[in-house]
Amino acid sequence: MRVGRSGVAFVGLALILLWVVLALAAPWLPLPSPTAQDYAAFAHPGPSAQHWLGVDPLGRDTLARLVWGARVVLLLAPLSVLAAYAVGCTLGLLAGYYGGWTDALISRASDVILSFPVVVLYVILIANIGPSAFNIVIAVVLAAAPGVGRIVRGLARRLAAQDFIAAARLRRESGLYIMVVEILPNCRGPLLTDVCIRLGYTTIMIGTLGFLGLGLPPPSPDWGGMVQQAGPMLTVYPAMALIPAGAIISLVLGFNLLADGLSEAP
Amino acid sequence: MTALLAIRDLRVEYASARRPVLALPGFSLDLAPGESFGLVGESGCGKSTLLLAILRHLGPGGRITGGAIVFEGQDLLTADAAALRRVRGGRIALVPQEPASALNPSMTIGRQLMEVPMQHQRVGRAEARERAEQALADVRLPDPRGAMARFAHQLSGGQQQRVAIAMALLARPALLLLDEPTSGLDVTVAAAVLDLLTALSETYRTAMIAISHDLAVVARLCARIGVMQAGEMVEEALAATLFAAPRHVYTQALLAAMPRLGGAAPRTEAPPGETLLDVAGLSKSYTVGGGRVRALEDFALRARRGAMVAIVGESGCGKSSFARVLAGLQAADTGAMRFAGRDLAGRTLAARSPREVAAIQMVFQNPETTLNPAHTVGQPILRALRKLAAPAPLPLAARLAALLEMVRLPAAIGRALPRQLSGGQKQRIAIARACAGAPDLLIADEAVSALDASVQATVVDLLRHIQRARGTTILFISHDLALVQAIADEVVVMYGGRVMQSGPAARLLAPPQHPYTAALLAAVPPPPGAPRAAIRLRGEPSDPRHPPAGCRFAPRCPRHLGKLCDDTPPPVQVTADGGRIACHIPLPELALG
Repeated sequence: MRVGRSGVAFVGLALILLWVVLALAAPWLPLPSPTAQDYAAFAHPGPSAQHWLGVDPLGRDTLARLVWGARVVLLLAPLSVLAAYAVGCTLGLLAGYYGGWTDALISRASDVILSFPVVVLYVILIANIGPSAFNIVIAVVLAAAPGVGRIVRGLARRLAAQDFIAAARLRRESGLYIMVVEILPNCRGPLLTDVCIRLGYTTIMIGTLGFLGLGLPPPSPDWGGMVQQAGPMLTVYPAMALIPAGAIISLVLGFNLLADGLSEAP
Repeated sequence: MTALLAIRDLRVEYASARRPVLALPGFSLDLAPGESFGLVGESGCGKSTLLLAILRHLGPGGRITGGAIVFEGQDLLTADAAALRRVRGGRIALVPQEPASALNPSMTIGRQLMEVPMQHQRVGRAEARERAEQALADVRLPDPRGAMARFAHQLSGGQQQRVAIAMALLARPALLLLDEPTSGLDVTVAAAVLDLLTALSETYRTAMIAISHDLAVVARLCARIGVMQAGEMVEEALAATLFAAPRHVYTQALLAAMPRLGGAAPRTEAPPGETLLDVAGLSKSYTVGGGRVRALEDFALRARRGAMVAIVGESGCGKSSFARVLAGLQAADTGAMRFAGRDLAGRTLAARSPREVAAIQMVFQNPETTLNPAHTVGQPILRALRKLAAPAPLPLAARLAALLEMVRLPAAIGRALPRQLSGGQKQRIAIARACAGAPDLLIADEAVSALDASVQATVVDLLRHIQRARGTTILFISHDLALVQAIADEVVVMYGGRVMQSGPAARLLAPPQHPYTAALLAAVPPPPGAPRAAIRLRGEPSDPRHPPAGCRFAPRCPRHLGKLCDDTPPPVQVTADGGRIACHIPLPELALG
C-alpha cells in the first residue's frame, strides 16, 4: 500500500521489523540466558567472542538482554496503545456524536488529565499502584486515551454533520451503529499516523519508567533499566549505557519515520 | 480589426498516474477588442483549463504541449516571467469562481484593492485609495468607503463577488475572464451581478470570456457563444442564432435540458387523492452567534397524495429548515404538522413509529456528502431495506437490484465506492436509498442543484417517474423558479422564513403575483432577443437575527408602500383560482403588475 511508495516509511518499517524478527526469534537464537551471570566477564565488560556487545554490571550478556528486552517493549507498547485507543475512541465518538452534556463532561475530564505533565502523571500512577506490566498498560491508557479521544471527537463532530449521517438516522440506525459503522471507518487515515507516533512515545515512556526503576521488576530485561544500571560505569565504559539507549532510539525512530511516511503519502 | 486574443490549436495535458490526460486536444479562438465570448459546457469539459492556460497558470501537473496563445501581439507561451506578470492582473484579469477563497481573509478589502493600481500602474497610496473606492462605487457596493476597511468574511457572497469584479477591473484590463460568475449566488443577486457586468463591459469596452455550465448565464452576458464538450468546441454561433437554430446534437440537448418559464411539460392535471400533509402555523428558531434566528415563522403548506409540491426561495429563506423538521431530524418549536392524520410537529425521529419514519424520506443537496466514503454504495440501500422496508419474499440482493434498476443504474454499481461515481449517479443512489422503504412522501432538498444541466434534467425526470409510477408525493425544494414552475403541481414561495405566495404552479406566472414572486421570475435570464425584465431587487436579504417587524420582504420590495409594510405583517389574500398571497397591496392592484 502507501508504505511501498514512501522511502521514509520503508526505512521506518524496516527498523521496526528488525526488532520484531529478533524478538520473535529470541528463544532460538544462540544466545546465553538474559539472566545468566558470567562472573569471568566482569573484568572486561567490553565486546568479546562470548559476549558480542559485552555484559552489564552484573555480568549478564547485553545482546541477550536487548533481544529479550525487545520482546517486552514490543508486547507492552502495542498492547497499551491498543487499550488507549479502545478507551479513547469510545470517549471521542460519544463526545463528538452526541455533543451537549456528554461532550462537556468527557472533554472537561480529558482536559484535567491532559493538564498534567505526562512524565509526572506516569510516576505518580506507577509509584502508587506498583510497577508491573499490567499497571504500565493502565498508566498508558489513562495518559494517552484523552489525547486519542480529542482527535476522534474532532473527526466525529465534522462527520456527524454530513448528510450520510442524517441519512443513516432516517433509516432508524442506532447511535451505536452510526458511531461504529458510519463514523469510525472514516477516522482511519488520521488515526493511522497517530498510532505510529503514539507507539514511539509509549516506547520512550516504558524506557523512562525502567530508567526510574518503575519499569518491570528485576530481573526482567528492560531497556530503560539497562541504561540506568549502566550509570555507575558511564565514565569507564560508556557503551554499556549507550547500546540500550541506541536500541530505544532506533525503535522510536522507526515508529516516527513510519508515521511521517504515512502522513506524507496522498 | 486585429484580434486582441488569438488562440491556435492549443493543446493542454494533465499528468496522471498512468498516462497524461488530454484536457484540450486543439482549441482555437479569436477575440476582437471589446468583444464578449461565452463558453458553455459541463464540469470537466475543459473550460476552466482554458482560462488557466490563457493566464499560463495551470498549476502542477498541467502542461501546454502545443499551439499558440497570442495576446496583443505577444505569444504568451514564449513570454518570460516578467512579461507574464505584467499581463496577469494588468492586461488580463480573472474573476474567480469562488470570491470567498480568492480574497485574502487577513487583509482588508481596501488594502487588497489598492495593491492592484500600486503594482500595475505604479501610483501612490493616496491615488490608489481613490481608485479603489471609485471601483467599489462602480460595482455599486453600498458604502464603498466603509467596505474598504472591512474584511472578506464581513461581506455577503454577492458583495464578495462585486469586490472580486472591482479588483479585476481596477487595472483597466483589455480582457476579463469570468469563471462561473454567478454560480454561488442567489438568483436575485445573480441577476443584479449579470446586469452590472453587462453595464461595465459596455462602459469600459473590456473584452470578456465568460465560462459557465449555465447556457442562460453566458447568453445573458455574451454576444457570441461556444459550446464545449470533452475539450472541443462543438458549436460556435451568435447567441440568438444558437437559441433559434442549434446545429449540434449536444447544443440541442443542452437547450432541451434548460427549464424555461412557461415551458411547462405536460403534467398530469391535478392528481386526485386526499390531503397527505397539512402544515399550519409552524415555527422554528435557532440560536446563532448570540442571536435568535427565526428560520420558520407561521409556515403553512398543504400537499395532496401523489402531487409534486415545490418550495422556492433563496438561501436562508427557511426551506431546508422545514425539510429537516418534516423529516424528523429536528423538532419544530410550535405549530401543527399533520401527516396522514397524525401530528408530527413536536416529534423527532426517536419519537416516531417505524412506519412514520419510513413514510417520510429525504434526498439531500450535496452529492459529495450524501454517501459514506468508507462503504460501497449498495450498503446504505441494503440497510434501508432491512430497517425500513416491509418483509418481502424476494432476497435482499434482488430487491437491491430492482431499486437500482428503478433509478436506472446497473446492478453491479452496488459494489462500487462513492468516489467511483459521478455526482448524478450519487444522487440516483440517494434516491434509491430513500425509496427503499416505499415512502409516501419524498423530500428532495435542492437535490439537483449541484448537478450539470443535462444530468439535472434526467434526475428530475426520474423523480417525476417515481411520483407517477409509485404515487409518491414529492416535496421538491429548490431556488430555481423556472425549473419548479415547469414540474410542480403546487408551489410555495418563501422569503425570510415566511410564505409569500402559494398556489397552483400555473398560477405563479400570471398576475396577481406577490412582488417577490415577480422579482424571482424577472431574475430568470430570458432567452436572447426576448425583452429584459425591468424588476431588480435592491440590496440583499436582511440579517435574519433582526427581521423587520412587518413584512419580511419590505426592505427590498420594489412596491414598498411605506410604514404599513415596515410595521404590520401583511394579510393573506386568496385569489379566485386558489392562490394565496401575503401582501398589503390589494389583489386588483397587484394584478396590474
